[in-house]
Amino acid sequence: MKRVLILGANSAIAAAVARIYANDGAALYLIGRDTSKLAATEHDVKVRGASIVVTIAADLVDTAKHDDLIKEAATALGGLDVVLIAHGELGIQSDLQASVPKTLGIIASNFLSQVSLLTLLANYFEAQKSGSIAVITSVAGDRGRKSNYVYGAAKGGLCVFLSGLRNRLSASGVSVVDIRPGFVDTPMTASYKKGLLWAKPDQVAKVIVESIKAGRDIVYVPWFWRWIMLVIRSIPEWKFKRMNWPS
Amino acid sequence: MTRLESWGRLPRTSDSEAFSLHWQSDFLNLVRRKGTTLLPYGLGRSYGDSCLSDHGTLLLTRGLDRFISFDVENGIIRCEAGVSLAEILKLVVPKGWFLPVTPGTKFVTVGGAVANDVHGKNHHVDGTFGHAVCSLELIRSDGSRRECSRIQNHDVFYATIGGLGLTGLITWVEFKLKKIYSTKIDQEVIKFGGLSDFFALSRESEHNFDYTVSWIDCLASRENLGRGLFFRGNHAKTPTLDLQAGMNAETRTKVRVPFDLPSLAMHPLAVKAFNLAYYHKQLAKNHVSQVPYDPFFYPLDAIHDWNRIYGKRGFFQYQCVVPFTSGTDAIRDILSEISKAKLGSFLAVLKTFGDKPSLGMMSFSRPGVTLALDFANTGDEVLKLFDRLDGITTAAAGSVYIAKDARMSASSFRHYYPRWHEFAHFVDPRFSSSFWQRVTKL
Repeated sequence: MKRVLILGANSAIAAAVARIYANDGAALYLIGRDTSKLAATEHDVKVRGASIVVTIAADLVDTAKHDDLIKEAATALGGLDVVLIAHGELGIQSDLQASVPKTLGIIASNFLSQVSLLTLLANYFEAQKSGSIAVITSVAGDRGRKSNYVYGAAKGGLCVFLSGLRNRLSASGVSVVDIRPGFVDTPMTASYKKGLLWAKPDQVAKVIVESIKAGRDIVYVPWFWRWIMLVIRSIPEWKFKRMNWPS
Repeated sequence: MTRLESWGRLPRTSDSEAFSLHWQSDFLNLVRRKGTTLLPYGLGRSYGDSCLSDHGTLLLTRGLDRFISFDVENGIIRCEAGVSLAEILKLVVPKGWFLPVTPGTKFVTVGGAVANDVHGKNHHVDGTFGHAVCSLELIRSDGSRRECSRIQNHDVFYATIGGLGLTGLITWVEFKLKKIYSTKIDQEVIKFGGLSDFFALSRESEHNFDYTVSWIDCLASRENLGRGLFFRGNHAKTPTLDLQAGMNAETRTKVRVPFDLPSLAMHPLAVKAFNLAYYHKQLAKNHVSQVPYDPFFYPLDAIHDWNRIYGKRGFFQYQCVVPFTSGTDAIRDILSEISKAKLGSFLAVLKTFGDKPSLGMMSFSRPGVTLALDFANTGDEVLKLFDRLDGITTAAAGSVYIAKDARMSASSFRHYYPRWHEFAHFVDPRFSSSFWQRVTKL
C-alpha cells in the first residue's frame, strides 16, 4: 500500500493521479484550497478503492504552515512514499506585466511555495533514504516567451531547483521527477482554443504514475514535447526575440 | 475546436458555444451571467438534435465524473451525472454488480441515461433505467438545488426522468444495481422465419430469460418478411471468481473507424449481402453458448466511431413502439414499406416491451413492440419514407423515440407525447435544445 501526499489535489491532473493510486488501494493525503471540491475528490477516490483518505484545506502560498502540513501528513499516513506537488496558477500575462504585486504573486504561487515545500520534503526523504518526489513544472519553463514569461520563469526556476535537488538526493536513493506537461485540457486552460497538441489530464496522470514508479528524472508529457522543446531551445536568441507565438 | 455532433451527425447545426463543467460550482458561476440557452451534453450518443442546441450553449458534463458513494452490500451507487456506464461497469462488475438497465452502448453518461429514460434487452423484466433510480439532484438556472425522488419533489422527479435534459442540470444520480455471480451470459440464438414466429418466441422467452432482442433482415420481402435471429440470455448462475477476468476480455480488440467512409459502403446491394450472410451464418436453428457480457450487450462498442461508416452525410435511426393490440399488423406494414423502398440497413432491431409503465412524463417505452432501424441519409426519399412510417405508427397509437429522432414533425410529437404540455411547465426557463425548439414551435 503506497502512502501518497498530493499538494494541489483539486487540479485536474492531480485528481486524475489520485484516482490511479486509489485504484491500487493507496492511502491518500490530499491538500487543496477549496473545501467543497476536496470533499468531492475525497468521495470519488474512496469509492475507487483508496484505503485511507485525508483531506486538508490550505492555501499553499502561505509557507509558514508548510512544516506542520508535512508533519501532519506523514503522521496521518504513518510515513510517506510518494509526494506530488501539483499546485500553481497561470495568471494573465498582460495583467502581470502591468503590476509588480501580481507578478510577484505568480512567482510566489509557482516557485516560492514549491521551494519551501521541497526544502522540507527533501530533508524528510533524505533521512528516510527512500521515496519519490514528483513536481509538475511546464514546458513553459524551457524558454521565456512574451506570452507567458512570468509563469515560465517561475517554472524554469523550479526546474533548476529540482535538478540540484535530484543531484543531492540521488545518493540517498530518493528520486526527483520533473514532469513537464505541454498543453493540457484542464480548467486552468479553459479559455484556450484546443488543437492537436492538447492532452487530456488522464493521459498525463498515467505518465506521471509510470514515471514515479520508474524513477525517471525529466519527463515531457506527451512525449513529443521533448522534441518540440528541443527545437524551440535551439533557435538562436537574435531570431527568437523577433518571433510571435500563437499562445 | 471540433464541432459537437450528435451520433447520427444530423442535423447540422450552426456552431454552438461549449462550456466544460468540472465542478458543480462551474454551473452556478455560469448561470449568474446572462447568456444564450443552455443544454447539458454528455457523450453525444443521442442520434438527432435532442442533444444539440442551435445558437445555444452546450454544457459539457463529462468533467462531472466523480463517484460519490457505493454501497457494495446492497448495490446502491451514487455518482455525478457525467460518469459513463462504461466507468460504472469497470467499478462494479468486479464486486459482483451490474447495471440495472443498459442500452446497446456503454458510452453514455448516467445523466443521459436518465434524461432519455433508456431501456435495454431486459425491459420485460426490469422496465427502464428510470425504474432503478432512487433519487437525483437537479440544479436550476436560478441557482436553486433540489433533491428529487418518488417522495421528495416527485413531480420534478417524473419530469426529469426522460426529461431530455431540459429540466435543469442533473448533478448526481443514485440508483440500484443488479446482482451478478459471473461476467458470462448464457445465450441462445434462434433463427426465425417471420413475424408470427418472433411474437411466439417473445412470449415463450419472457418468463425464463432476463434479456431478449432480435435482429431482423429488413430487406427480406414477401414470404421472408420479418425473418431474423432471436437472442435471449441470462447472467450465468454459476458463481465464478473471474469477474475481474471478464473485465479484461472487454478491453481487448478495439478498432476504430478512422475516417468517414464513402457512401458506397452503405450501398443497398452491400447491405443486402450483409443481411443475407448474417442470417445464414448460423446454420443450426438454435445455438446455445456462454459469452462474455460485453459482446452480448455492446457488440458495436468494439468498433469506435462506427457512425462514420455512413459517411459525412450522416444517418437516421427510426425507432417506434406500437401497442400489442395493433402490433403485428403495424410492424408488418412498416417492414413492407421499408422493404419496398429498399432503404433499410443492417441494423434492424425488434423487441417487446413489458407492461411496466415508464415513470417519466416524456418516457418513450410503453407496453408493445419496438422496432429500430438505421437509414443512411439519402435525403428526400428517406424523409418521405419516415412520413409514411409515422402515418402507420400514429394510426396504431404508437410513439417514436426522441433520443433517435432528427425529423419528427411538431404534430407527430404531440401525438406521441400527449403529456408534453404538462412537461413544458417543468422545463428550466434557460434550458432548450434544437429538438425542443423544433417540436414546440407553433
